[in-house]
Amino acid sequence: MRAWLWVFAVALVGSFAQSLGAEQRAHTERISGSAGDVLEDNPVGRLKVYVYELPSKYNKKLLQKDPRCLNHMFAAEIFMHRFLLSSPVRTLNPEEADWFYTPIYTTCDLTPTGLPLPFKSPRMTRSAIQLISSKWPYWNRTEGADHFFVVPHDFGACFHYQEEKAIDRGILSLLRHATLVQTFGQRNHVCLKEGSITIPPYAPPQKMQAHLIPQDTPRSIFVYFRGLFYDVNNDPEGGYYARGARAAVWENFKDNPLFDISTDHPTTYYEDMQRAVFCLCPLGWAPWSPRLVEAVVFGCIPVIIADDIVLPFADAIPWEEIGVFVAEEDVPDLDTILTSISPEVILRKQRLLANPSMKRAMLFPQPAQSGDAFHQILNGLARKLPHHKSVYLKTSEKVLNWTAGPVGDLKPW
Amino acid sequence: MKFLAMPQSHADGQSGALRGLSPADSSKSPAATIFWLAVHAVCCLGSLVLGFRFSRLFVFLLYSTSPMLRATDKTTTYDPIVLLSDPSQSPVNQSTPHVAVGRHGIQVRPWPHPEPVEVMKAHQIIERVQREQRAQFTAKNPNPRSLIVITPTYVRAFQAMHLTALMHSLMLVPYKVVWIVVEAGGVTSETALLIKRSGLRTVHVGFKQEMPEAWEDRHSLEAKMRVHALRIVRDKNLDGIVMFADDSNIHSMELFDEVQAVKWIGAVSLGILPHSTVDESDQAVSKVMDESNSLIPIQGPVCDSANQFKGWRTDNGSPNMLGGATHVDDRGSPLPGKLEWAGFALNSRMLWKHAEGKPGWVRDLDSPNWDNDVDSPMSLLKDISALEPLGNCSRRLMVWRLRVEARPGTEFPKGWLIDPPLGIPAPSKRTPWPDAFPKLPFTENASSDEEEINQHPTENRRHETETAKPQLLRREPVEN
Repeated sequence: MRAWLWVFAVALVGSFAQSLGAEQRAHTERISGSAGDVLEDNPVGRLKVYVYELPSKYNKKLLQKDPRCLNHMFAAEIFMHRFLLSSPVRTLNPEEADWFYTPIYTTCDLTPTGLPLPFKSPRMTRSAIQLISSKWPYWNRTEGADHFFVVPHDFGACFHYQEEKAIDRGILSLLRHATLVQTFGQRNHVCLKEGSITIPPYAPPQKMQAHLIPQDTPRSIFVYFRGLFYDVNNDPEGGYYARGARAAVWENFKDNPLFDISTDHPTTYYEDMQRAVFCLCPLGWAPWSPRLVEAVVFGCIPVIIADDIVLPFADAIPWEEIGVFVAEEDVPDLDTILTSISPEVILRKQRLLANPSMKRAMLFPQPAQSGDAFHQILNGLARKLPHHKSVYLKTSEKVLNWTAGPVGDLKPW
Repeated sequence: MKFLAMPQSHADGQSGALRGLSPADSSKSPAATIFWLAVHAVCCLGSLVLGFRFSRLFVFLLYSTSPMLRATDKTTTYDPIVLLSDPSQSPVNQSTPHVAVGRHGIQVRPWPHPEPVEVMKAHQIIERVQREQRAQFTAKNPNPRSLIVITPTYVRAFQAMHLTALMHSLMLVPYKVVWIVVEAGGVTSETALLIKRSGLRTVHVGFKQEMPEAWEDRHSLEAKMRVHALRIVRDKNLDGIVMFADDSNIHSMELFDEVQAVKWIGAVSLGILPHSTVDESDQAVSKVMDESNSLIPIQGPVCDSANQFKGWRTDNGSPNMLGGATHVDDRGSPLPGKLEWAGFALNSRMLWKHAEGKPGWVRDLDSPNWDNDVDSPMSLLKDISALEPLGNCSRRLMVWRLRVEARPGTEFPKGWLIDPPLGIPAPSKRTPWPDAFPKLPFTENASSDEEEINQHPTENRRHETETAKPQLLRREPVEN
C-alpha cells in the first residue's frame, strides 16, 4: 500500500515538472523526420570513409583554372572533398572503409559568365572510374555499390542542363550501383535514383550571416520573391521555363499588394527575406534552388511550387510541416491558399524554422560545424549501412556495361 | 512589350498547330486547303484594314474538329484562362509521366486582382505573427507603464506635417499613451481634428499666449507650455512616464521601450538635425566639412566608467554650421537650447503632490520663481546627480531634434491636396532667396505667360533648411 502511494506521488511530481517545462514559451520546436530525430546525430564512429587519391587534374587543377567554382551554388562538391580530407570519419586504410569517395569536380568547367558546362563531365567521371577500378580493387568488388559521388549539377548525374536532353541521357550507366549525393530531386524522374541523398545547394554562410537583422524587426511583407518570371533568352515563346508556373505567378499577382514580387536585384535581398512571412521557391529550369536555403536561414516560410520535388534530407527533415507545398496548377489560387492557413500553423512553422539545427543542416560552413550539411550527408550514408551482402558480387554477376552511353562519352578525358 | 509579343507567339503557335494539322488532314480535298488559304487572305486583309493583327484563333476554334485548349479539367468555380496553349504537349518522361516536360500553358484566372477578404485575412496573419515576434524577441517589461507625452504646438503651415508624423509614431507605440497637446493661442478646431485621428487618449489644452517670431522667445514659451502640461499631470494625478515630444522631432520606436526603465528622472541623448546647411556642392567647403563636421552634434548625459552619471555633453554645433537663425524667417535652423526637453523622461509620480517614495530632491511645481527660470527639467531637481542616463548610458541615439518651419505667410494647399493638379508649378508669392535655385531646364521652354517663372526660377515651396535640389514633377511624353 505504501509503495503504491510512493509511486503515485513520484508520478505526480514528475508530470508536474514536465508540464512546467512545457509551459515555458519555446520559440523553437524539435525537428524529427521519417527517420526519427536524426538531425543532431554525430556520424563519427558510425562509418568510415576512404578518399581516393586522384591526380590533381580531376580536382585541384580545375579549381586553379577557375576559382569561381568556390562561390557558385555547385560548390558543395569542392567543400565536401575538403571536409572529408580532415574529418575524423576519414580512414587511410581502405580495408576498413564502409564508403569510398571519389573526389572529382564535375561542375567546375565554367563559361565566361559563370555557368557550368556539363558536356565533359561524363567523360571525366568515366575516366576517374577507370582509374580507380584499375588501381584499387574496391570498385570491382562491388561495381561501385559502396562508393558515393557528389554530383550537384542541375539534373544530377544526367549531366545536362536541359531537362529533355538530361532525361534522354539518363544517369551515367557506370554509376548505376553507386550512391549519388545530388541537389536534384524529383519523384518518378529518370535522374533521381533510388537511394540517392538529396542535399541543399551551396549558399555562402558568411554572406548570409553578414546580413542578419534584429529578430524583433516585425515581418511586414506577406509574400516575397525576387527572380525571373520569363526567361526571354532561352525561352522566348514562354511556357517552357518553369513549366509556366513562374509566369503564372506574375500574371496573377503582379498587382496584388500582398505579393512583393519582381525581377529586381535589390541590395537588401537578404534583409527583405527576414521581413517576409512567406518566400516563394518556385521551380526554374530545374526544381531546386538556393532560395530554399535562404528562406530557411532567414526564417521565412518557403512556399514550394514544384510538383513532385524531393527536398534535401527528406528523411531527416519533415518538410511538409515546415514549408507550404502548392501544386503548379493551383498557382492562380495561391493567395487563397496562403491566407487560408491558420495563424497557429504559421506560428508553428516559424518555430520549426527557428530551430538552429534546422538552419545548420542547410549550410556548408567552413570550417565544418556539428549538425551542418556535411554531417547530414554522413548521417545519411551511415543510415544506409550496413551494406547488404549481395553488393559484394562474384565475377559472374558483373553487369556494368562500360561502353553504354553516347559515343562522345567514350572518348578519354 | 511582352503583350506585343504575345499575339505574335500566339499566332506562331497557331500557325505551328495549323501546319501540324494540315498534313494530318491531307486526306481532305484540295478544296479544304484552298478554303484555308482564302481564310488566311481574308484575315490578312482584315488586319490591314483594322490595323492590328487579326488572330486566326477565332476561325480556328470555329472550324477545328479536335478539342484543345482545356488541358486541365477543374471543378473550381472558374476556369483559368490559359494564356499560352500548345496542343502538342509532349510528355517525354518514360515511367508514369506525372510531370511532363515540354510546353505548358500559363494559367491566369479571369480576375487576377486581390480579393478584399483575403487581404484582410493576410493582414490578420501578419498582425498575429508580429505580436508573436514582439512577445518573443523584445526584452520587455512585464508591467509596462503608460506614457504621458507632452507636445507644445501651434497652428502654422507645417503643423499638419509635423503632427501627423508624431501621431503615427505614437500610434505605433505598443503601450498605452496619453497625449497632452498644449496649443499656443488657444484651442483650435484644426488641431483638434488632426489629433482626433490618432485614436489615442488626448488632452488638448490651450495656452493664452501666441507663438512669437523669434526663436528664443519661442523656446521660453514652449517651456512655459510644457510646465503648464506638467501641472495638468499633477492635477489629474496621471500615472505613467512623462515624455516631451516636440512635434517636429523624430522619434525612434526604441525610445519608447527605453524610457520604461526610468525610475524617477532619466535622460537620453539627442541628436541635433540638421547638422549642416552649408551647400555641399561647394567643394572647398565640403572638404573642410568632412574633416571636422561629419558627426551629428549630440546633446546628452555622459557617464564615467562605472556607468554613473557624470555630466552633460552639449555639442550643439557651431552657429556657422546651423546657419544661426534667430527669426523664423531666417534661412538657417535655430540653435538648440542648452538642454532640450525632448531628451528627458520623468516618472509622473514625481510631480504629484503626495506620492509614496517621492524623493526629497524634487522641487515643487509651484515653488516661487520657478516658472520664469525653467529651461529644462533639470530645474525640477535640487540634486542633479539623481539623473539616470538611459539607452546604454546614452550611447544610442533614439531621438533627433529638428526645427523646420515654413516661412510665415506661405500658403499651403488645404489638407495638402492640390486640386486641380498642377501642370507647371506656380511660384510662391514672395521672392525667395534669389541665389538658391539653379536654372531649371523646363523653364527655358516655358510659355510666354509664365515669364514670371523665368524671373523666379522656383517650384515647390521649400522650407528653410532644405539643401537638396528641388525635385520636379515634369510631364514627360508617355511612350507605350
